Amino acid sequence: MGQTVFEPWNDPEAKPLIQFRNVTKRFGDFIAIDNQTFDIYEREFFALLGPSGCGKTTMMRMLAGFEKPTEGTILLGGKDIAPIPPNKRAVNMMFQSYALFPHLSVWDNIAFGLKRDGKPKDQIAARVDEMLKLTRLEKFARRKPHQISGGQRQRVALARSLAKAPKLLLLDEPLGALDAKLRTATQFELMDIQEKTGTTFVIVTHDQEEAMTVASRVAVMDNGRIIQADTPARIYENPNSVYVADFIGEVTILTGKAQKSGTGYAIHYAEGAAPLHAESETVFDNGETCHLALRPEKVAISAERPEDRRNVVQGTIIDIAYLGNLSTYHVRLDTGQMVKAQMANTRRLALRGFTWEDRVWLSWTDTAAVLLKE
Amino acid sequence: MRRFTWFNATSLTLGFAFLYLPMLILIIYSFNASRLVTVWAGFSTQWYGTLFSNQGFIDAAKVTLKVAVASSTVATVLGTMAALVLVRVGRFPGRTLFSGMIYAPLVMPEVITGLSLLLLFIGIGLDRGVFTIILAHTTFSMAFVAVVVSSRLVSFDRSLEEAALDLGASPFDAFRLVTLPIIAPAVISGWLLAFTLSLDDLVIASFTAGPSATTLPIKIWSAVRLGVSPEINALSTIMIGIVAVGVISASLITKRATLRREAEERAAVQG
Amino acid sequence: MGRVLLVALPFAWLLALFLVPFLIVLKISLSDTALAIPPYTPTLELSEGWAGIKAFLAALDFENFIFLTTDDLYWKAYLSSLRIAALSTVLTLLVGYPIAYGMANAPDHWRPTLMMLVILPFWTSFLIRVYSWMGILSSEGYLNQFLLWLGLISTPLTILNTPAAVYIGIVYTYLPFMILPIYSSLERMDGSLLEAAEDLGCSRLSAFWLVTVPLSKNGIIAGCFLVFIPVIGEFVIPSLLGGSGTLMIGKVLWEEFFNNRDWPVASAVAVILLLILIVPIVLFQLNQQKQREAEE
Repeated sequence: MGQTVFEPWNDPEAKPLIQFRNVTKRFGDFIAIDNQTFDIYEREFFALLGPSGCGKTTMMRMLAGFEKPTEGTILLGGKDIAPIPPNKRAVNMMFQSYALFPHLSVWDNIAFGLKRDGKPKDQIAARVDEMLKLTRLEKFARRKPHQISGGQRQRVALARSLAKAPKLLLLDEPLGALDAKLRTATQFELMDIQEKTGTTFVIVTHDQEEAMTVASRVAVMDNGRIIQADTPARIYENPNSVYVADFIGEVTILTGKAQKSGTGYAIHYAEGAAPLHAESETVFDNGETCHLALRPEKVAISAERPEDRRNVVQGTIIDIAYLGNLSTYHVRLDTGQMVKAQMANTRRLALRGFTWEDRVWLSWTDTAAVLLKE
Repeated sequence: MRRFTWFNATSLTLGFAFLYLPMLILIIYSFNASRLVTVWAGFSTQWYGTLFSNQGFIDAAKVTLKVAVASSTVATVLGTMAALVLVRVGRFPGRTLFSGMIYAPLVMPEVITGLSLLLLFIGIGLDRGVFTIILAHTTFSMAFVAVVVSSRLVSFDRSLEEAALDLGASPFDAFRLVTLPIIAPAVISGWLLAFTLSLDDLVIASFTAGPSATTLPIKIWSAVRLGVSPEINALSTIMIGIVAVGVISASLITKRATLRREAEERAAVQG
Repeated sequence: MGRVLLVALPFAWLLALFLVPFLIVLKISLSDTALAIPPYTPTLELSEGWAGIKAFLAALDFENFIFLTTDDLYWKAYLSSLRIAALSTVLTLLVGYPIAYGMANAPDHWRPTLMMLVILPFWTSFLIRVYSWMGILSSEGYLNQFLLWLGLISTPLTILNTPAAVYIGIVYTYLPFMILPIYSSLERMDGSLLEAAEDLGCSRLSAFWLVTVPLSKNGIIAGCFLVFIPVIGEFVIPSLLGGSGTLMIGKVLWEEFFNNRDWPVASAVAVILLLILIVPIVLFQLNQQKQREAEE
């Protein structure tokens, strides 16, 4: 494409739009956000991902102004936003429930924020029409929220929150109420609109697939902390912890002791078994406990012992999860551990080789797995 | 599955007969030609004529309406405020006392409410009349408004208000443009309830009315203590008629609105 | 700022027109009757300063309450109010439960109409509804005419101006208060529970006793309190239907005030009535709270 890669977080010159500085939020004794410091850059599509109760919604509500940090400051464009009430912030939010005003038409819902600014009537009308066009809702302008479908409501909510051209748009589980098929289509629509408007988006979601699809960076949260914030590819391929590796996608974790060996490490994971081998950027002491995170699609399964790979183990198929395009095989190694291996179902069912109780060989390369400290 | 049995049918028939027969008899005998109320002597509308030519009833009706409109309107404003306080405002000094005072009139015997207000009005030297009845009715009916409105507010989706704030509305605008239109049905039923309570009230009005103002219930009361009278039957028929028309049309309107809404929602889902 | 006003306005109104009046009742109940305007002593003379307040407090006593215990009219009236309230609550439950049960089992499309039919009398004048029974129950009334015509009786029955008429009046006017909470608890009940009970070997009757009744318990309790509490202080029904023979405390208070002009005794009667009501009101509140918590 010839485009320069969009990675402002790697550019020391780039000025962040939002800065969290040692932000802590407590509700009584409960710590919702635990001393967090991080930046979000202009034009980013930033996803906060985590299980419910991890603090992602609190993070967003502090940006919108519905909650105030107990400690620390949040800067928007370099200014502390704590004293600014939500109705004076250049930040808009798309609510999980959409929060469409049921007594107002689609048109009036979108115009609501513009009218509060006291803009002239013709400017408001022009802007609303522009938003309707952007979200392909022209036909429904006069309808009330209950007269349109769930997907259309979602687009009204998006149009309404974008109408005031906020510096920052917050999206709270924006696709949670849609069915699976519509969700995928809408994800691309969201990315498209984000690109067209150039607005910074912060999205809160518990759906990892959604976060990976739409976001430029994903922040995986747990217990009020961001565990890792990085591009979707790095989050998946280079998780920094067992928590992240386990939270995103499927993974097998083998625990053992590390031993320096060549450019990588030998991992002693079971008594009497030959050690496994993995390359790693992380430095381990000899004998230190380490966790080998292995994605099932990187594990090959075969009836004969493969000769070209360093990591080869043997086991028995215990379970097969047939997913249509893929099958995941749960294999118990002779040393007792369970390892998942995935295979694309390129052939019809009847022609596939493996079944329950079959003895098989699992193999993977030196660089397939990630070695983690915790 | 639920089973609608003969037992159910019988209990419903008898139950509703019990609820409606007395009123039905009242209505039928209001068209009786005889002054002897228990003997049927042919159809006549003469008692309606005597009723409307009785200036005392007309005056009492005017006072009652004035009191009901004024007290229910003030009670709706105060009751809605009280509901907002109960549901939305967190802790403040005297909160327990406040909620106690809101709910107490609901269970307070009318004789006590009436007595205590009368003693207050005498104590501060306020002449009893239409104004004191309005004060009294407002006080006890605002509790009912508060209950009706707060039960709606409890289920109100707070994110609608947050969305309004988020889009730049001031807290007052958020209430005026979003909350109030949405809870309007509850506020209106609160008003109607306060209005009916005021129209109906005999005991509190008797205590707080004084000699200068007579409401319709007080007038009816002094008439019926002497026994059944055909004019009162006619008056009752008119009042029952107004309420019946009101309640039935209200429920028809709600039913049609619900049906239309359901149809529209179905249509929206189908695209 | 707006918040302060929001709290202050209704708060001030209730203080001035609810709490203060009640404190006045309390104060007058401790005063003595006097042939004056207002007809009681002492009156508080703030112009005399602290001495005035002290003299005022010194003149307050429990004489009226002692009087209430000496004249058996009063405690008989309290007891009779409680008895009438309790018995009429049971009667209302017996009449109301089958109606609520029938409504809950009625076909879906009937229910809004049935509901409206129960609510309609509630909006109709209480006074008129009580009055409608006067014509029915009097000795030459419609009920006696009907029974005479049937030949069931040969001389008219005396029902009006007896306690029986009071019970009929109470059951009639308070029926919606009993039906609605029971109906709402029955309506929420899962119909398959009864099938499960029968599947497990219950007869229909025992399924009713073992499943339906316990599950509508909250509705029954709420309905009973909603009838019992207001009936204790009832005035209109005993006055119109009960005649001079029916003693109820609301009526006594009214007569003490309007006919005897004995304000201190009327106030003392009111204070005792409130004390009696506190127990069922607190029980009712606790029950409502328990129910709300159970639903959450």
